[in-house]
Amino acid sequence: MKFAVVVFPGSNCDIDMYHAVRDELGEEAVYVDYRETSLKEYDAVLLPGGFSFGDYLRSGAIAARLPIARGIREAAAEGKPVLGVCNGFQVLLELGLLPGAMRRNRQLSFICKSVTLEVANSSTLFTSAYQPGEHVTIPVAHGDGNYFCDEATLEELRTNGQIAFTYTEDVNGSVDRIAGITNKAGNVLGMMPHPERAVDELLGSADGLKMFQSILTHWRETHAVKN
Amino acid sequence: MLLKTEPSPETIKQDRLYAEMGLTDQEFQMIEDTLGRLPNFTETGLFSVMWSEHCSYKNSKVLLKKFPTEAQHVLQGPGEGAGIIDIGDEQAVAFKIESHNHPSAIEPYQGAATGVGGIIRDVFSMGARPVALLNSLRFGELGKPRVNYLFEQVVAGIAGYGNCIGIPTVGGEVQFDPCYEGNPLVNAMCVGLIDHKDIQKGQAKGVGNPVIYVGASTGKDGIHGATFASEELSETSESKRPAVQVGDPFMEKLLMEACLEVVKNDALVGIQDMGAAGLTSSSAEMASKAGSGIEMDLDRVPQREKGMSAYEMMLSESQERMLLVVEKGREQEFLDLFDRYGLMAVVVGHVTDDKRLRLTHRGETVADVPVDALAEEAPVYHKPSKVPAYFEQFQKQDPSVPQVDSLEETLMTLLAQPTIASKEWVYNQYDYMVRTNTVVMPGSDAAVIRIRGTEKALAMTTDCNSRYLYLDPEEGGKLAVAEAARNIVCSGAKPLGVTDCLNYGSPDRPEIFWQLEKSTDGLSEACRALETPVIGGNVSLYNERSGEAVYPTPVIGMVGLVENLSHITTQQAKNAGDLIYVVGEADRDFGGSELQKLTDGTISGRPPRIDMETEKRRQNEVLTAIQAGTVASAHDLAEGGFLVALAETVMGTGLGASVSIGTDAVTESFAETPSRYVITVAKEQQSRFEALVPDARFAGEVTAEPQLTVTGSTGEALIAVGTAELERTWKGAIPCLVKSED
Repeated sequence: MKFAVVVFPGSNCDIDMYHAVRDELGEEAVYVDYRETSLKEYDAVLLPGGFSFGDYLRSGAIAARLPIARGIREAAAEGKPVLGVCNGFQVLLELGLLPGAMRRNRQLSFICKSVTLEVANSSTLFTSAYQPGEHVTIPVAHGDGNYFCDEATLEELRTNGQIAFTYTEDVNGSVDRIAGITNKAGNVLGMMPHPERAVDELLGSADGLKMFQSILTHWRETHAVKN
Repeated sequence: MLLKTEPSPETIKQDRLYAEMGLTDQEFQMIEDTLGRLPNFTETGLFSVMWSEHCSYKNSKVLLKKFPTEAQHVLQGPGEGAGIIDIGDEQAVAFKIESHNHPSAIEPYQGAATGVGGIIRDVFSMGARPVALLNSLRFGELGKPRVNYLFEQVVAGIAGYGNCIGIPTVGGEVQFDPCYEGNPLVNAMCVGLIDHKDIQKGQAKGVGNPVIYVGASTGKDGIHGATFASEELSETSESKRPAVQVGDPFMEKLLMEACLEVVKNDALVGIQDMGAAGLTSSSAEMASKAGSGIEMDLDRVPQREKGMSAYEMMLSESQERMLLVVEKGREQEFLDLFDRYGLMAVVVGHVTDDKRLRLTHRGETVADVPVDALAEEAPVYHKPSKVPAYFEQFQKQDPSVPQVDSLEETLMTLLAQPTIASKEWVYNQYDYMVRTNTVVMPGSDAAVIRIRGTEKALAMTTDCNSRYLYLDPEEGGKLAVAEAARNIVCSGAKPLGVTDCLNYGSPDRPEIFWQLEKSTDGLSEACRALETPVIGGNVSLYNERSGEAVYPTPVIGMVGLVENLSHITTQQAKNAGDLIYVVGEADRDFGGSELQKLTDGTISGRPPRIDMETEKRRQNEVLTAIQAGTVASAHDLAEGGFLVALAETVMGTGLGASVSIGTDAVTESFAETPSRYVITVAKEQQSRFEALVPDARFAGEVTAEPQLTVTGSTGEALIAVGTAELERTWKGAIPCLVKSED
């Protein structure tokens, strides 16, 4: 399986995504420059964390208006897995591929720590390796992670099972303790916590690895050689 | 069109305008003699910044010579952007620490942020990939609005820069004492990894080679920053706010990635960051080191606003700028590369053979001075030194044991002292995990970063107990180095070398110069004894506010090598039933201790004495025991003594500890006798461990019940308190003082 790791000016978790896929999942990962326009040759698209364009204007706002945006939209429309983590989540919101918006953390300061997440929907292509309701330890590191959407959207998210992860306690003020959501089709996931930072027990947790394994399992199932 | 008329050379001399720039009459005379004429306004500016203490070390040079700087594993000693130490397999570690005290006192967010930015540039200008940041901070006592403001904004500034550029901030220290109230200390350290073949130097070699300016445009920020950093703070310092630079971590991220690609190009001759004294120091130093000269056309310098004078451009400390010298004819390769990163890059001049810095602006020569005079020939002073009266008094004072009524209450109060209390409130604002190499996170003795693709790791720490240094600078200097090394050893690493940041008051006062003199003696002796050479650092003098100097604070940044990932050890207890040992005996050492500060409200007397031979021997023994796999956790005994260290060993683990102490309970509990450790050991390793660490004395056991139990010599219960309560007190202290909800 071939993963694209999109690199924006200011991305800084690109290397973490790359190594999570290559070293821990054992699949192929390729850095793709933001000036490219197509992601056709990749099976999945990863939008890494960091500070694209220094978070200037608004987190993710500038990144969402670059040539690569076309490739990301196409991949999402084709049903390929598109995962945006942290700044990547903010980019997905700015692209309009996911509903809602991100506000400054309730504490008004950056937060970096390991948190406990509940797998709210374990039937998405990103979460199938988790048990329903499983508690996992995955770090957060963000200043603008306070997810917001209006009541109607929230209701829709709930009804469609689009809430993939929630925090077990209030971390940053997010509506309904939302940590990650998918689009309606279920192939685009945005989340503030960093699964790519939790793929090796040496660094404290390997709970994030199951997400990458879920993506791989889904790809194998949908690309199985038909006899 | 000139927007304003600069004073003529004659006016500069007659009206002593040079004095406003920090030059003395004698120094101005030296400049006149060197040039054989009066310097013009721009030239006076060049000399004033290059001869500031910050750039020239004119007051500290004589003392810095004492430091051991050489060893077989040192690839680059002091004098370049950062020192470099060999770690085997053609890899090396580059690191340096630097101060940004004065800017942070005036504009704490940007002051701290640009301190981080500057030290990162120092490391990647060597060709090294920055892999970790640390810091060392000092403030007045928390609770006062101004102190809280400085503290919160400095932390936010460090976080803002480091998090954005994507280098993990993995460790550091924060201490609080009234002496830092008007003049906080903000020291930032950066550690980088480099392959031997990529090591760069800041040299301008090869006549005719183009000089390329890269990065942010030059603005009017930070003008005379280096001069400002070399004088005391006062009530009027607020007006110096324009001397504080403004940082752009996004720009620096691009600059860093571009420069790390540039160093792979064989046509790169030299590269240096424009730090203190900006374009002036980078050009003069690069030329001086190479024995060449540089000619620059200032009209080509990218400028943030119209009508900037030569003086302003040369003295600007705008951030995120680099100066490169490349092989003639291949400049386009470099310009193209920077363009790909969206960075401005311009050829601004070329290398000459006449050892002069010649600047033209609007068709006129605006400066023509010898580069060596700027970079190497700054005056060197050996200031008068005098033993302070307080020191003589303290030396005569008999050691005494503070009066303690309840050990338990005292322990709880100590845990709530901001200097001892958990710094989680601070480090949870730093991204300490980005780049996914952080094996030991902030909160243990030293942070540990794995080296991807190898079985090795780097341990790193910053340390300095300035109370000891105030009481006795020589002894305190030794203690600071020794404690840093113990932190490294506790994490399972062998100490490799030191970068130091010497923060002191005004050297013009003989008592302060004496502190500087004595403490550098102590630091040198300890670095020699522990075989940790000083490979670079920074001197920050004039840390005074309205005549009140800070304690002598030589912050030690130390890096160690973990030879195998399996050696990595933390301070946290691992399993119930493990045995608890204390290495080294407690003595009645309370001078400068946390307990003395608590009971007396002030510090006095003599600090603990350290025997460097014992120190070195125990470090070797503990490290050998760790490497042999006999140690479950290791923690250095420091501020607050044994019980504080023991509490720190169990907090956060869900476990408890039960220990017994001897007849001199207060001394055993709280004395700060150096060269000691709290170590936990699995039962099956008991005999091996005891054989490897003969000074270890059995003290008790790690318990499944989350409670700290201390019994006296006759079996009486002295302390029985739940781990959760210890933790609440320890973690709650700083958030409570800054009144933050998290």
